Amino acid sequence: MPSPLRVLVAKPGLDGHDRGAKIIARALRDAGMEVIYTGLRQTPEMVVNAALQEDVQVIGLSILSGAHNAIVPRVMELLREKDMTDVLVIVGGIIPDEDAAVLKEKHGVAAVFQPGAPLDEIVEFIRTTAGQPA
Amino acid sequence: MKSPTAVEGTATLGGIPLEPYYSEDASRKTPPPPGDYPYTRGIHPAMYRQRLWTMRQFSGFATPEETNQRYHYLLAKGQTGLSVAFDLPTLMGVDSDHATAEGEVGKCGVAISSLEDMETLFRGIPLADVTVSMTINSPAPILFAMYLAVAEKQGADWKQLSGTLQNDILKEYIAQKEYLYPPRPSMRLVTDVIEFCTHQVPKFNPVSISGYHIREAGSTAVQELAFTLRDGMEYVDWALERGLDIDAFAPRLSFFFNSHNDFFEEIAKFRAARRMWAETMRHRYGAQDERSWKMRFHTQTAGCSLTWQQPYNNVMRTAIQALAGVIGGTQSLHTNSLDEAYALPSEHAVTLALRTQQVIAHESGVADVPDPFGGSYYVEQLTNQVEEAANDYIRRIDAMGGMIPAIEQNFPQREIAEASFAFQKEVERGREVIVGVNRFTSDAEERIQLLQINEASGEKQRAKLARLRKERDNGKVAQCLNALKRAAAGRENTMPLLVDAVKSAVTVGEICQAFQDVYGPWRETTVL
Repeated sequence: MPSPLRVLVAKPGLDGHDRGAKIIARALRDAGMEVIYTGLRQTPEMVVNAALQEDVQVIGLSILSGAHNAIVPRVMELLREKDMTDVLVIVGGIIPDEDAAVLKEKHGVAAVFQPGAPLDEIVEFIRTTAGQPA
Repeated sequence: MKSPTAVEGTATLGGIPLEPYYSEDASRKTPPPPGDYPYTRGIHPAMYRQRLWTMRQFSGFATPEETNQRYHYLLAKGQTGLSVAFDLPTLMGVDSDHATAEGEVGKCGVAISSLEDMETLFRGIPLADVTVSMTINSPAPILFAMYLAVAEKQGADWKQLSGTLQNDILKEYIAQKEYLYPPRPSMRLVTDVIEFCTHQVPKFNPVSISGYHIREAGSTAVQELAFTLRDGMEYVDWALERGLDIDAFAPRLSFFFNSHNDFFEEIAKFRAARRMWAETMRHRYGAQDERSWKMRFHTQTAGCSLTWQQPYNNVMRTAIQALAGVIGGTQSLHTNSLDEAYALPSEHAVTLALRTQQVIAHESGVADVPDPFGGSYYVEQLTNQVEEAANDYIRRIDAMGGMIPAIEQNFPQREIAEASFAFQKEVERGREVIVGVNRFTSDAEERIQLLQINEASGEKQRAKLARLRKERDNGKVAQCLNALKRAAAGRENTMPLLVDAVKSAVTVGEICQAFQDVYGPWRETTVL
């Protein structure tokens, strides 16, 4: 039996709105994944270090404060520096379409889930995208 | 296909089971008229006929200069009070030039780091005449000290100032998570403000005990009510412990509730809240002054009910929620703007939200008669059910030794997380309908014009701070910070020292750091 996917759910930035992050963490766990939740107010460095130490295949960043254009590119840069580009990064939160496009195309984020995205869709995306053998 | 109503309509949004219809409950009488104890039907006999609620739109973005312009605009459009939204760095007690503020300055509110910023924020606005609400918690005493210093400079008498400081730290541990220090030292700082206001700024509400954020974090209406009231009792206990007389401060305790989608459940919640608080103040605390028994509250429509999809639907949601707040007897109201699932509101959207209140106030007739649902079989019974369920929670928290032990055991946090997850599951199953999201969806995109936050806000704020740090008397700054640390470690009320410190250009971030040096940080154990 393949070992379950390991996912880091992270709340970077100053924003404390963790309702969504906690719901996602539970839904992924219920879907059989191993979920590590960082807790609040993580710097990009802390997020990437946690991902390294926990040996995760997926990082889910939850940002509702509007600081995504500062935070997400920094996380992606650190992942490249640490040679962790095989880690799938998804972002959830209040991310306008234009910003979502830039985060995906320019910075290498795999997917951006906006408010109202069904949990099933997120679970399925992670399963099919990260579940592929390298 | 099964009729949707087969599953809908059998319980309130918060899960209280509903009868097919309601008829007389012989064991219960209609509560006394509005203005009579326990105020189930309202705290004033004439309610809005005498005075409408205050239309108070929460507002703040970018730099103090830009927000000051918005305030002048809102006052010119007929808004009757101001409500300051601070940005995340300010809420978290860091200055605009701190590393963690990168990308966050002016995004979720206005950036205030120094007294100079506060002066700019209220330029041309006479604080003696306008009531101002400030949504700030851990750094609340500092921002309040700045407010007092600005008022003094304008020549206003502190004794005449009226407004509200949120200053409700307990719901931060429970829900919003903007805490800096552990609960007990935080409670001591809250109590310093209550004590100081009682003597020096007697018309100002020193704390706004808030259910709003608890609800936004995913609680039910009953949980919102129970945790908020229990938080209120905790503040009362601390103020009494400080030696204040109950009737000296209780009339100035104010509340802040959410108005969510379930129209009747919300009205029942507001009615139950007034009754429960009146009975608590009279019987649990022995308050004699009837002003201590009367719960005054602000209401905001539910931000978490707004949808990204089909944003114009949010106008209707907000109107219905606002109506529940008004019928529920609120003293002031914020109506959310249709674009707030995306961003801070544009000028156009916030005007429409204000107009919604004006239509309710002046056209609908709803404001003519207080508590129009008083005596309704359904509303009276629902009020009783909400009250009983909330009292059950309060008894459980009492048994834990109060709200602080309950928070330390993650009790309210866990209850909210469970409710939030359960609701989301219902949405996923389509058993809770959200129009435009999981039913009546549409592929046609509705584009709306959003407020663009000036990305240069951070730059501007950093430049101002660099100049300030160079030009001020840094010896005086160090003295103030030392005095504050001594007071924080001892028993002296910190408020007078905070007023001195902000006048000497000590910043929000420096003061919060000084307190953190004494108290240490707070780290929650996360409940999933």
